[in-house]
Formats: sequence, C-alpha cells, structure tokens
Amino acid sequence: MSKARMFANMPATAYNSLWPGHHLSHYGGGIKMRIVAFWTWRAALPVALISSILAFGTGALVAWPDAAHAQQTPASSEQVWQDLKGDVFGDRTIQADSDIVRIEAPKRAQDAALVPVDISFDPEKAPDGIKSLTLIIDVNPSPVAATFTIGKDSGVTHLSTRVRVNDYSFLRVIAETPDGKLYMTKTFVKASGGCSAPAVKNMDEAKKTIGQMKLRQFAATDGKAPELQLMIRHPNNSGLQRDPLTQYFIPAHFIQTLTISQAGQPILSMEGGISISEDPNFRFDYKPRGSGEIQVEAVDTEGKKFNDHWPVKAAGL
Amino acid sequence: MSDSLSRGRGAAPIDPLRRRLIGGFACVGVSAALLPCCLGHAALAATGQIGFELKEIADGVFTFQGVVDLETPANEGAIANLAVIVGSDALAIIDSGGSLVEAKAFIEAVRKVTAKPVRYLINTHMHPDHIFGNAAFRDLGATIVGHRNLPRALEARGAFYLKSYREQIGETLMQGIEIVPPTMLVKDRLKLDLGGRVIELKAWEAAHTDNDLTAYDGATRTLFAGDLVFVKHLPTLDGSLLGWMRQMDALAAIKAERVVPGHGPIPSAWPEALEAERRYFEVLASDLRKAIAAGIPLAEAVKTAGRSEAGNWALFEEYNGRNATAAYAELEWE
Repeated sequence: MSKARMFANMPATAYNSLWPGHHLSHYGGGIKMRIVAFWTWRAALPVALISSILAFGTGALVAWPDAAHAQQTPASSEQVWQDLKGDVFGDRTIQADSDIVRIEAPKRAQDAALVPVDISFDPEKAPDGIKSLTLIIDVNPSPVAATFTIGKDSGVTHLSTRVRVNDYSFLRVIAETPDGKLYMTKTFVKASGGCSAPAVKNMDEAKKTIGQMKLRQFAATDGKAPELQLMIRHPNNSGLQRDPLTQYFIPAHFIQTLTISQAGQPILSMEGGISISEDPNFRFDYKPRGSGEIQVEAVDTEGKKFNDHWPVKAAGL
Repeated sequence: MSDSLSRGRGAAPIDPLRRRLIGGFACVGVSAALLPCCLGHAALAATGQIGFELKEIADGVFTFQGVVDLETPANEGAIANLAVIVGSDALAIIDSGGSLVEAKAFIEAVRKVTAKPVRYLINTHMHPDHIFGNAAFRDLGATIVGHRNLPRALEARGAFYLKSYREQIGETLMQGIEIVPPTMLVKDRLKLDLGGRVIELKAWEAAHTDNDLTAYDGATRTLFAGDLVFVKHLPTLDGSLLGWMRQMDALAAIKAERVVPGHGPIPSAWPEALEAERRYFEVLASDLRKAIAAGIPLAEAVKTAGRSEAGNWALFEEYNGRNATAAYAELEWE
C-alpha cells in the first residue's frame, strides 16, 4: 500500500497540506472546521482532481515535512509528480520528453497569479490528432490545472492560457492520442517570492462582473489558422481562505467545465480547477466550419451556468 | 523633541537574536579568513546593521525612509517608508515595517521621541514590507486600523507571504512574524483622535491593491499616501491600473503641503510627486492597448510594454514585467 493511500482517509491532515504553509499554520482553526471545509471542497471537485489533491497533500507530508520552509527544486517537483501520477493516470505508461507535444512558459514568472502557458502539438507527428491535453503544475494545491478535450477535426493544434503557480515547479502537459497513448513534456517555472501572490487582485470587481464573456476572433494570417480567444470573468477562487467575519472557510468557487463549439460541433472543452488564473482566458487555433456561430457554456462549482454565442467573423480582428 | 534621532543598536536590550548577532561579530573577529561556519554568522551580524533613523519632517510628524531596494536579509526588509504622528494624548503609527526586527527598532526610536502610548497602528495596505511588523504593535496594545478589504486580502495571501518571504529575507528575519489583520476597519472615511490632533483616513477603490488606505494629518497638512504614491521606485501594480489612473485626480486634489510616499524621498512635493507615476501608467496602458488591439499575446506584449520609461525609475527591471502582465489582463477587458 502506498503512503499516499495510507493517508487518504485523513481529511484534516490532507486538507492541512493543501496549501503550502497551512500545516505550519498560524491559521489555527479547529480540526472540526477543517474537516467541514475539506468535505465542502471535496464535494465540489471532480474525482480525478480530488485524488490528485490527496496525493499532493500526502506527498507533501511524506516527502518534505519541511515543505513550508524549502523552496521547490526540479528534483522535489519531480518527486511530487512521481507521487501524483498514479492518482491521475493509474498505471498507464507515459512517454516522457516527447516531441509530439510542446509547452512554453516564462522561466521566471512575472506574476505568480498570471503565468502565461502555451501548449501545442505537431500535427505531423500526431497524424491522428490529439484527444486530450492535461496540464499539471506539480507543486500547486490542486496540481491538475485542467484537462482539455480537443474536438475531432476541430483543427486545434495550440492553446494558450494563464495559470497560478505557487512555487518553483514543473509545468507539464500530458497529451493523449486517440489510440490511448500518453506523451508528456514539461518546463520549469520559478514563480515564488515577493508580494506577487497567486490571489485575486480586485475581488470587488471580480464579484461584480462574474460570468461576463468576451470572444476575440483573429483572422488567418501567413498560412496560420484563424484563432479564437475566449475570456470569462470569474474569480476562480481557491476556497482556501476564511471569511474574516465568520471565520468559516469560503468554499472553492471556480469554473469547473467549459465547452466551446461551433454549430453544435465541439472545438474544445475543459475540466478545470483553481490553478487556472482568475478571469480564465483561452486562445487557440481552429478550423472554422462554415458560418455557424461559436457557442460557449461554462459551469462553475456553485452550479451556475454561463452561456454566450457569437457569429463567426469573416475577416476577424 | 529633537529634529533628528538616530538609533544605534548598541543600546538595545540583549534578546536571543541579539546574542547571536554578538556571537557573530566575535566569530568574524577571530577568523579573518571567514570560515564557512562564520559566513552564516557574518550574514546574521549584517542583519543588525541598518541604522533606524527617525526624522521630524513637520511638527510632531516623524518618519523613517526605507531604502529603494528589494527586501533582503541585509536591509532587514526595511524598504517601506514609516511614520509616527504625535498627538497630545497618544500616537498613531503608519505602517509597521517589513520584519519584527525593523518594527522593534522603530518602536525603540519612537521611545526616544516620546513615552506616549501607541493608540493606533494604521496599515496602508496588505504588502509584507508594510505589515510584517504588526505583531510588535499589537503587543504594545495598539488598535490596528485598515481598509475594509484588508482582512480578506490577508486571508487570501497570508500563508503565501509567510512562505515566499522566508525565501526572500531569510529564516532569521522571519522569526516571530505573524499576519495580524486590522480590527478597526475603514469603510470609506474615518477620523482618529490622538488628543488635539485628528488623523483623517480614506479607503480607496482598487488601485495599487484593493485595500489602499491614506492618512491625512490636518495639523501639518501632511499626506501619508502609502503605496498610492511611489517616487523614484517604480510603482508596483497588485490591484487595478485603471482604478489607480481613475483615482489620480481625486488623489491630486487632496490639499496637502507635502506627501510621505510609500517608497521614495520624504517629504516629496505635493501634488508634483504624482506626475512621474501618472506618466508611467499612461505609457504602460498605451503600449498595452496597442499590443492588445494588434492581437499580440500577453507573453510577448509584456517584453516591450512600458520600456521607454526604463531610465526614469529604480527597480524598473524588477517590476515592469509584472506590472505589464497584470495590466494586460485588466486592459484586455476594455
């Protein structure tokens, strides 16, 4: 029995380790409250995310009891991943350092709350396309940032988004091809330090504008496919903070699922977590199918649905 | 009251940290070669070396000017400007500093000016260089005053700050630092009476952060702007660029004779102190709006936005990219 599973039935402990620093805890709080918070949290999360969080929590506990003190390194980030991957992908083989898929992020992030990441795959090397892309930030409280499912024949070959990165960490992407094989690539990001915290900058504004969407369309240029950029107003809040008045934990509140389609045909969908930055933002290429409109539906952890639709612009921009 | 008070460490009571500092000196003394074991002690000794000097800039207004730098073990995190206002009955402190070591040096310097009780500690916003000394003032019995949004902001960031600053300023300086939220909150405006002297507080809409608070001393017409005003030190953005720009005129309209900026020279001329940051924001916003309109992605746009301002500021390379990143994400919604 792995250590992760041994500890998997200890909600309070697991919760404590969710956020770096919490288990050393100036944030006292009773054990009971932590359990309540944990279960609220758990109820809100898809199974894959939960298991990865548990793995992370216990991994942190086992691998570095001193985690709140030590800065992560490539080696410690890799160790977290080794503890985590079974919970996300079971015992499936993952081909590492694949050139089928690429990931780009700044080596040193400017703002820990807004780290741009660009994922792409080479259609020549994946002639049957890519079925899904899972983005993982090893050391985050919720390491599985998102799983993107790419619509069949949608033409999506690259995808940019923005994530929160809590510490020095590998960002890794695991691509699944239609035959079920997994290919991984990774990049190391230094994202800790200073007063740029991975938190919502303007909470009043975030609450006021929640659910607004914006779609930008970029025309095809120089042989490059046209692109869409979808922006959704949402705090994508961690749930790991207490209400200063009531002292109860505020439940996690983030966009859980997102589907983008054209005339009913899926282009891209996402199952996401709190590591996606506030105001989730996705830019990707695609192959327009005639003039059918672009439709978006997002659902957050409170079950709120946000819908919008736009006509396809002939020229873009 | 003297005009200028400097504080030497020699007079400090011997606490455990200080014992170690003295030990460090001894170690350096016996080992000219600085053995590896002594390097750590030498570094510790260095943390006790900043002079903490309070200067009386107006009648009953004493200030400490932080260094324009990133926080390091050597500067004890003492990068923010701090102030004390002396009333007939009591004192108000404006910001507690970036470490307990600094806060204690601050208190010691204040005690050389006056024995009156510290009634209020005013936190101008959430950043560690302004609030990490809070516990020292709480222990003196001061009421901590902050923006209505400050407790929420500290809830969201406190654990992260305690961790990330351990890396930035080192384990030794982090000792005893707690996140201590305010217990008296300012919704919009609030007056604090120090006995014959009233300090007017104003809570701003999101700008530098979403919890910026300014203090105004009517007796001397001195504005304590916190990080709504940066002079020489590049402004840092952790709230709303548009909000900051929108509130610039209201800020400039405050009828003050001088300003104590959050970072930079004390006092600075008012409202001239706002000119440079206003220009920087306009350049940054204009560059980013062009990039956004042209479809240039965030990761690319932030490499060039605002760069024409590089020669006008200290710490430009350290903070411009971060400002541009945050501002891009905000301006994209215009």
